[in-house]
Amino acid sequence: MMLQIKNLHAKVNGKQILNGLNLSVNKGEVHALMGPNGAGKSTLAKVLAGHPLYEITDGEIWFKGQNLLELQPEERAALGLFMSFQYPVEIAGVSNQQFLFLALNAQRKKRGEKELTEGEFEQLLSEKMRLMEMKVEFKSRAVNEGFSGGEKKRNEILQMALFNPDLGVLDETDSGLDIDAMRVVAGGVNKMRRGDNGLLVITHYQRLLEYVKPDFVHVLVDGKIVRTGGSELALELEAKGYAE
Amino acid sequence: MTTDTFTAQEYKYGFVTPVESEVFPKGLTEETVRAISAKKNEPPFLLNFRLKAFRKWLELKEPHWLNGQYPPIDYQNISYYAEPKSKPKLDSLAQVDPEILRTLEKLGVPVDEQKRLNNVAVDVVFDSVSLGTTFRKKLEEAGVVLCSISEAVHKYPELVEKYLGTVVPIGDNFFAALNSAVFSDGSFVYIPKGVRSPMELSTYFRINEKETGQFERTLIIAEDDSYVSYLEGCTAPAYDTNQLHAAVVELIAKDRAQIKYSTVQNWYAGDPKTGKGGIYNFVTKRGLCQGVGSKIAWTQVEAGAAITWKYPGCILRGDDSVGEFYSVALTNGHMQADTGTKMIHVGKRTKSTIVSKGISADVSHNSYRGLVKMSAKAEGARNYTQCDSMLVGNKCSANTFPTIEVGNSTAQLEHEASTSKLNEEQIFYLQSRGLTKEEAIQLIVNGFCKEVIRELPLEFAAEAQKLLALKLEHSVG
Repeated sequence: MMLQIKNLHAKVNGKQILNGLNLSVNKGEVHALMGPNGAGKSTLAKVLAGHPLYEITDGEIWFKGQNLLELQPEERAALGLFMSFQYPVEIAGVSNQQFLFLALNAQRKKRGEKELTEGEFEQLLSEKMRLMEMKVEFKSRAVNEGFSGGEKKRNEILQMALFNPDLGVLDETDSGLDIDAMRVVAGGVNKMRRGDNGLLVITHYQRLLEYVKPDFVHVLVDGKIVRTGGSELALELEAKGYAE
Repeated sequence: MTTDTFTAQEYKYGFVTPVESEVFPKGLTEETVRAISAKKNEPPFLLNFRLKAFRKWLELKEPHWLNGQYPPIDYQNISYYAEPKSKPKLDSLAQVDPEILRTLEKLGVPVDEQKRLNNVAVDVVFDSVSLGTTFRKKLEEAGVVLCSISEAVHKYPELVEKYLGTVVPIGDNFFAALNSAVFSDGSFVYIPKGVRSPMELSTYFRINEKETGQFERTLIIAEDDSYVSYLEGCTAPAYDTNQLHAAVVELIAKDRAQIKYSTVQNWYAGDPKTGKGGIYNFVTKRGLCQGVGSKIAWTQVEAGAAITWKYPGCILRGDDSVGEFYSVALTNGHMQADTGTKMIHVGKRTKSTIVSKGISADVSHNSYRGLVKMSAKAEGARNYTQCDSMLVGNKCSANTFPTIEVGNSTAQLEHEASTSKLNEEQIFYLQSRGLTKEEAIQLIVNGFCKEVIRELPLEFAAEAQKLLALKLEHSVG
């Protein structure tokens, strides 16, 4: 089992958000996590990535046999966990290329792999950018600065393609995307699936799930998974809503 | 954690070198001024210069328009001269007191000519005296003069007499008058006509004594068609009393000459928790672009000192002359910085560029203050100003006080300003991509300061980046 979350309780700013969440993801599986606003979907994403403001009050998270809660965010990244941000952050004065070069090599170094030369990296980046239908100018632009909502999300998936993680957590990656951007982003997600890597797709709507077919759909309400089913559950939720 | 260990962690240059020093008794009278001059065996013109300045100083009042506060300075409770007793007559820095050599090594000052920074010539000023300079031979061959100003007074008296006090007059301001009366040491640089300095020149300023003020005086003259890049670095021990560093720096660029003057200032900033101690860095720096097509560029990284109060400026007198000012001022703990520049456009088609980056953290105050003046004759003059502030936390403050005076209708001015916050979300974002917290802070700060850092000589850019990141590590949650 790649990811195992047991009885997770977490709070932020003194407010309890997750109340005993259990979830397991095996290699190659796509899980969708759906639920109403405020149910704790994004909190789970941030807890997985290791955001410092979220406090774990009970429970465990195991990832590839390691206790995830003992690891710094950068150690989790090097171990193969990637979280696509709902609101990607802007870093002025730092080019996308410089940022991605430093980040990828930091991960490789931690894993004991050879760091890429600038030439090798540039080649890899160009290849992944073609995959995401991104213009060359993205390389020299400052990280997310002045990017449209769609460009920011595309940049997130570009990073996932570049880092090639074992588990990708997509936090509301579909929000703010028009239909063309959705097609490109979803296409990028699908192209990077290797068969043995997993995805946890957090979404409010089932739109994205038309492109990225989930093996399991979970419904999160009040910090707990209340229902699990196959991909048909997403359609049912779309029709009936969560208020059941 | 006790205050002591906190300070030691934060500021690794806070140690004291155990050397025996000759220190003048505290207090400032005409006798003190005469004693300093006698100690240095100065010619009469310089004693007169000092005495005139001292009398002027007595008439002047200490200014208080700084955006910040400090308790009154008792000028009679400062010693105005200190030198290590064992100071020999030196040709090379290698003969200095081994205790001081060890200090320089600890500070990372490249005094060994064989070592890696072998394209940088260094002058070291320890308290009130210069300990000597490196690479004398190589510079002499090129015709470049780099020596202490005390030495220049004896070796090149006609140059010193001709230029000293011409850019910053003795009565310019209270601290400039004080400096002119009691200045001890600093650097003298002379680049003859048509010469490009074959290496970077630098001076390292170290305050070691506890109750001595440091009154640096530096004079750089670049003749027609010459070029020089000069860099100064500054550190001091962590004492719990405040110390005064009141410097005057004058630059003169003749026709088509270029002077690049860079500063990496890391004076002791006082205890980050209580604000006790630290250097008062009250400095007057000014360059005169005297010749046509001349250029003076100031680059400063101000990361230390309890209070920084300085405005390196340019008087753009020659037609088509260029003035530049690139600044990063970082304040944390209880630091206060009020810094910026003055660009005085006199000649036709003169151009100036101002890029100021202020970073404030903890409970510090950081202000940009600048003057751009276009005089009536400065036809077609242009200025571009960019002031960016970054706030870390919500207890600090950043202010911008730009002043513009335009005396002719053909001048063009542009001003841009921004304020941003270094926040946990940015750090978390970068961490979640594989960078450590330290690497994340460094990347964010370097991105913010990019336009300034790239103006520094290559050898010092990396050091400056590390210094900025190190200073902020404790301030980011």
